[in-house]
Amino acid sequence: MGIFSKFFGALKKTKDAISKKISQIFVGELDDDFYEELEFVLVSSDISLEASEEIVENVKKLAKKQKVKTEEEFKKLLREAMVEILNLETRPEQYPVLCTVVGVNGVGKTTAIGKLAHFYKKNKKSCLLVAGDTFRAAASEQLNEWSKRAGVRIVKYSEGVDPGAVVFDGISSAKAKGEDVVLVDTAGRLHNKVGLMEELRKIAKIVAKEWDGVSENLLVIDATTGQNALTQVEMFNEILPLSGIILTKLDGSSKGGVVFAIAKKYGIPIKFVGVGEGIDDIEPFDAEDFVNNII
Amino acid sequence: MALFGSLGEKLNHVFSKITKKGTLTELEIKNAMREIKLVLLEADVNYMVVKDFVAKVSEKATGERVMKSLTPGQQIIKIVNEELTSLMGSTNSKLQVSSKLPTVIMMCGLQGAGKTTMCGKLAKLLKKQGKKPMLVACDIYRPAAITQLKTVGKSVDTEVYDEGTNKPQKTALNAIKYANKKGYDTVIIDTAGRLQINEELMDELLEIKKAVEPTEILLTVDSMIGQESVNVATTFNDKLDITGVILTKLDGDTRGGAALSIRAVTGKPIKFCGVGEKMDDIEPFYPDRMASRILDMGDVLSLIEKAQENITEEEAKKLEKKLRENSFTLDDYLVQFENLNKMGNISDLLAMIPGASKYKLNANSIDEKQLAKNKSIILSMTKKERLDPDIIKGSHKRRIAAGSGTTIQDVNILLKQFYQSKDMMKMLNGKKKGGFKLPF
Repeated sequence: MGIFSKFFGALKKTKDAISKKISQIFVGELDDDFYEELEFVLVSSDISLEASEEIVENVKKLAKKQKVKTEEEFKKLLREAMVEILNLETRPEQYPVLCTVVGVNGVGKTTAIGKLAHFYKKNKKSCLLVAGDTFRAAASEQLNEWSKRAGVRIVKYSEGVDPGAVVFDGISSAKAKGEDVVLVDTAGRLHNKVGLMEELRKIAKIVAKEWDGVSENLLVIDATTGQNALTQVEMFNEILPLSGIILTKLDGSSKGGVVFAIAKKYGIPIKFVGVGEGIDDIEPFDAEDFVNNII
Repeated sequence: MALFGSLGEKLNHVFSKITKKGTLTELEIKNAMREIKLVLLEADVNYMVVKDFVAKVSEKATGERVMKSLTPGQQIIKIVNEELTSLMGSTNSKLQVSSKLPTVIMMCGLQGAGKTTMCGKLAKLLKKQGKKPMLVACDIYRPAAITQLKTVGKSVDTEVYDEGTNKPQKTALNAIKYANKKGYDTVIIDTAGRLQINEELMDELLEIKKAVEPTEILLTVDSMIGQESVNVATTFNDKLDITGVILTKLDGDTRGGAALSIRAVTGKPIKFCGVGEKMDDIEPFYPDRMASRILDMGDVLSLIEKAQENITEEEAKKLEKKLRENSFTLDDYLVQFENLNKMGNISDLLAMIPGASKYKLNANSIDEKQLAKNKSIILSMTKKERLDPDIIKGSHKRRIAAGSGTTIQDVNILLKQFYQSKDMMKMLNGKKKGGFKLPF
């Protein structure tokens, strides 16, 4: 219990929508028309066509085999099929850890980092923020504000400074103080801008050279994003092998369905889910809860 | 790789199947429609919109008009293009100007859509048009949002009015009084990003609207948005009766399905799009061009317009002619490099050229420094070599590398890129299907 209780409210709209739609198309007869409609329902939650088709195929087979009659039975099968896609192995938490947080513009990287700082601190881990976004106007001020709210240290410089230098200093500072968790903010960049992506490669190099602990590369994805999220994963993953996804802004009526395609195609697990604007509004991901609250 | 191809490429694929045949059966039309449906869905066009769209196209395709002079396949392409264009709206719409100054532009949208940056871009655009804009900071929630707007304001040399965390509706009202006093003719109000389901914050927008009676209420939408685009656009429009939409981050590789969806459900025009990180990176939205871009017929019009701004008309014509004729030498390549510096990002330009999306990765890997290097390599070649690069052999390369202060590898890379570009030009010539000349 716990984590998704908060999301329940947030996801309720989503759940109502999908659940209701399934009820509407469920008239007892599980024929091709029904399954095509079901595919539409899934696609309308940003679950990719490919993933939707797989889910539908699997459910279809099982429903036939088990001679499913009722709506509830059917929904249970559907849930299981969806959970199966999302249930990926994650490696156990190890400390000290350095997380480089990347993503396209406006997905909520800085906010997610602020919340994560609070999350780790609550779990008795010391935490350092590194303001590697030296590009966007006032980005480091924004992160600074979060460091105050969460009560953690921050390493930051003025706008326009080489982010590599900030990361370098951040790592030295973290090592000196023996921090458990280092969260590195980076500038938002569209994944098709080669120059900016090269900058990330440089940051990764510095991390590899200077940091002795575990390192994670987390991609932040806005839950309202459509199929472009897949290209985002592909392009970032090429530069910086991603170890996890942070799904943000799930508090809308948006479904974040694109994570199914991400899990299926790239096998990258979702690590955290962000819901609101509050400092507590981030939680580790749980596939079962996630799906249960969608359907 | 097919997954990441553009919508246009996919539709081309669908049509290439159709256009090969002389007649169409009902089943074939049904199959084609299913593929179009899937393509649009993968492009993030909302599924309700897709259903409508496909139904319309299907109805027209199965009607008697199919039997006329064109082959059925060509007819379907034509119908899809027409429907797409009509769905996107037919004309480009400009910003309204209020008869009673100042003109008030109110920005709204979800978090992270790019409102604050867009405020700066609009201000810069208005200044270019001889207006006197002022920015107002009404985002009192996100940490450092006001600072961000101020930094943006400074970069476009525009005053930013703020009252700290005072109520946005009051700040907005005072800002207008202030603008009147100072003689600003346009006021751009930046509001906090909010979710369309957050009623409290949506009410706040309504109150700002009531307080200042904006001339324009522009919904800013991230072009990467998925199926949710329809809910967002509908809710904002129902609440505020928006006057238009701005699509941001169109310089990404998103397929832009949201443009179709939003237009279809709100009927409101898309007025501008954001196409880059610089304050100049804002363009008017041309619905017909967008439709043709989605169909991968390219955006030759925009390309030429952009070229005109920066190069002489004569040069632009020459460039376009050479693009079409494939009579492209290293000399032209050099001129192109020089012009590119003036025209901006090479990948943006390539995106406008029909059929070029297949070469996206190659285009992206060219950076500014590389351009300078390439220039000096070409300049170190003899006239003859530039006209006929096939004669460049090992000893020539050594000389060229020494002359330009580069290595033989660099020379090889440049030549390879040149030949690749030439190949691309060939594609544009319409010799192959899916090239420049679509079959209608």
